[in-house]
Amino acid sequence: MNNNKPKIGVYVCHCGVNIAKTVDIEAVRSYAESLPYVKVARNYSYMCSDPGQLLIKEDIAEEGLNRIVVASCSPRMHELTFRKTLAEGGLNPYYLEMANIREQCSWVHEDSEEATSKARKLVAAAVAKARLLEPLEEKEVEVEPATLIIGGGIAGIQAALDIAGAGFKVYVVEKTPSVGGKMSQLDKTFPTLDCSACILTPKMVDVASHPNIELLTYSQVEDVQGYVGNFEVKVRKKARYVDIDKCTGCGICAQECRLAGRIPSEYEAGIGKRGAIYLPFPQAVPAKFTIDPESCLYLTRGKCGKEPKCVEHCSLGAIDFEQQDEFVEFKVGAIIVATGYDVFDASRKPEYGYQDYDNVLTSLELERLVSASGPTGGEIVLGKGEEAFVPKEVAFIQCVGSRDASCGNEYCSRVCCMYTAKLAHLIKEKVPDSNVRVYYMDVRAFGKGFEEFYDRVRREGVRYIRGNPSEVFKRDGKLVVKAEDTLTAKPLEDEVDMVVLSVGLEPRKDTREIIDLLRLSQSSDRFYLEAHPKLAPVDTATDGVYLAGCAQGPKDIPDTVAQAKGAASSALILLASGKVNIQAQISVVNEATCRGCGYCVEICPYGAIEMGEVNRFGHIVSVAKVNEALCKGCGACVAGCFSGSIQQKSFKDRQILPQIAVLGVVK
Amino acid sequence: MSEQYEPNIVAFLCNWCSYAGADLAGTSRVHYTSNLNVIRVMCSGRVNPLFAVNALQQGADGVLVSGCHPGDCHYMEGNYYARRRFALMRELLEFIGVEPERFNMSWVSASEGAKWKDVVEEVVEKARKVGPFDQFRRNKINW
Repeated sequence: MNNNKPKIGVYVCHCGVNIAKTVDIEAVRSYAESLPYVKVARNYSYMCSDPGQLLIKEDIAEEGLNRIVVASCSPRMHELTFRKTLAEGGLNPYYLEMANIREQCSWVHEDSEEATSKARKLVAAAVAKARLLEPLEEKEVEVEPATLIIGGGIAGIQAALDIAGAGFKVYVVEKTPSVGGKMSQLDKTFPTLDCSACILTPKMVDVASHPNIELLTYSQVEDVQGYVGNFEVKVRKKARYVDIDKCTGCGICAQECRLAGRIPSEYEAGIGKRGAIYLPFPQAVPAKFTIDPESCLYLTRGKCGKEPKCVEHCSLGAIDFEQQDEFVEFKVGAIIVATGYDVFDASRKPEYGYQDYDNVLTSLELERLVSASGPTGGEIVLGKGEEAFVPKEVAFIQCVGSRDASCGNEYCSRVCCMYTAKLAHLIKEKVPDSNVRVYYMDVRAFGKGFEEFYDRVRREGVRYIRGNPSEVFKRDGKLVVKAEDTLTAKPLEDEVDMVVLSVGLEPRKDTREIIDLLRLSQSSDRFYLEAHPKLAPVDTATDGVYLAGCAQGPKDIPDTVAQAKGAASSALILLASGKVNIQAQISVVNEATCRGCGYCVEICPYGAIEMGEVNRFGHIVSVAKVNEALCKGCGACVAGCFSGSIQQKSFKDRQILPQIAVLGVVK
Repeated sequence: MSEQYEPNIVAFLCNWCSYAGADLAGTSRVHYTSNLNVIRVMCSGRVNPLFAVNALQQGADGVLVSGCHPGDCHYMEGNYYARRRFALMRELLEFIGVEPERFNMSWVSASEGAKWKDVVEEVVEKARKVGPFDQFRRNKINW
């Protein structure tokens, strides 16, 4: 096809009424027709529809078009769609330029005249650039048939099992000594009241025993380099000070540890205690002990009696205080981020007295209290020794740390209404003569079986009082919840034995570390940002990196599992196809003019540029050379080049300058 | 002046944060003034400071470069390059008599649709105050 003289086709989309309502489509179309090099200008109700795309393909064939401008929605929406159209029409897909007259024009301007004149300018700028577009070639690279999953909670476990089941290698990196995540701490799950451990433990065991899964617990991802299909990962395996090949998990060391029962257990949400050497929980996978370097006497003070008790009692000689952190390096094609969430720190709402009063608990603490594997063996008992008592009057306070701009969390945590209903039910079950009330703003029982469960709990006698308490204080040794029943507009002071704060879900404190590793973004709620909220909810802006579970936003278990399966499927598409097209809009050096200063080499954040030599009229001179597999197409080198010798394909100076000219001059 | 001057702004937005933020403003139907037109680049680091001079030369009254928040660049450090280059360029332009109000830089993330509106309004308002720029002006496009 003759591409020398540009023959541009301009297609103006109505997008139903989305664009046509504010932009005078015919005016834009006829204006486009008058622009230089424009051969055809048409409008159509939905350019992205089949007939719309057919229009372009027919014009390419019949009118001999060699550049296409589509004035419609954002290129972030449909650039790939129309590139495909061009390819199907026999044109290089990079001969496409889009004018964003929807998101950045018709939807943001009310005045029809203003919007139309802006649309005209945007189309003219796109035509000016389209004229100078060049065909690009997409290079294919092989995909390393392995996946890295960061986080070994239920999301990571599910994704790992799916990918491994399809026959691909999976590395699961978990920060804590055991997989299982937050789900392992739960007693029952709403609304079916399935025992959480009973449904989770088999999956944990599967992950550990699957031949395709390599489990790296008590480990952290230190570094990720490379690009989609070819990530190079470096993982730090923290020293456990226990040789896991020798440890059989008998647990004698933990019984004998001088600090046994003195360190708050993370697994028991702080209400149970462990020793310095510990197994996080009985079903932990792997069932190997770990020494906590922050509390172990020998590791912090260099001395633990004559000889550390664990060393003395371990007949297998598994304790090894000389152990060092190890580094493991491997290559993967895809990465799934399943890092989960943090529970809201209730002490940030001081009015509820979480730090002041013993009998104010968070929901996760209550979860451990009602759990048969918890510190009380599932009995709901507060206080110790002679002061122990069974709370009869229980108040739940909803939305602690959710839907609350004062602590920076405007979002709904989605699980609190239902876990409260579940916990209220469990309290009623275990203490039948108890009175349970729930102070709430709204009850959001939106999922399958949720509303029915909420009804059931209310029928069991749990009272729901609409109104957020203003404070919890103590009067005559009793906790008092002060609130206003907003349905009857009556202030009330409620004397109770126990207050449960239904704490929300928050982004993890180490969110930033993963962002720096993988170049992810955060949404305004500070969770990881997905590529598109509706149509790409597990993808991210970084190709080959996917999200699963609460890392992306609060979710209940079924939604987490569903999303994990979605992320696994996205990763599998990549792995199964075995090949991936890499960025075509990369930098290219004009070797005839490059003066070989090497400044671009310093600029490139990816180390994609190296100095090489060429023969220029009999002289060997040094010039910059771009490694096409490493270049990500940011263009930082282009703006830094002194001689304009390095250019970014599709974003060359001579392609952008005409756009500037049009936007400046056209009225 | 009876009628306020409507300036013409050329903006360079990075694909991953600011352009997506501007798209989000559209999706959320946030309304703002139409004086600003966008050129999409992959990264704010691609924007040669001379583009700004060129825009003023071609008839723009002001320029905006917007990228990811420092530390959030999709390409690791592109926005740092942009920030340094533009800090230098702004001083140079001031030296040759271009009001600094014409020369703007902002950080707008993909989730900050509402902030994008504020940035646009602010940039346009600043340019309105300093009025038309015609020191460098060209009036014809050389196709």
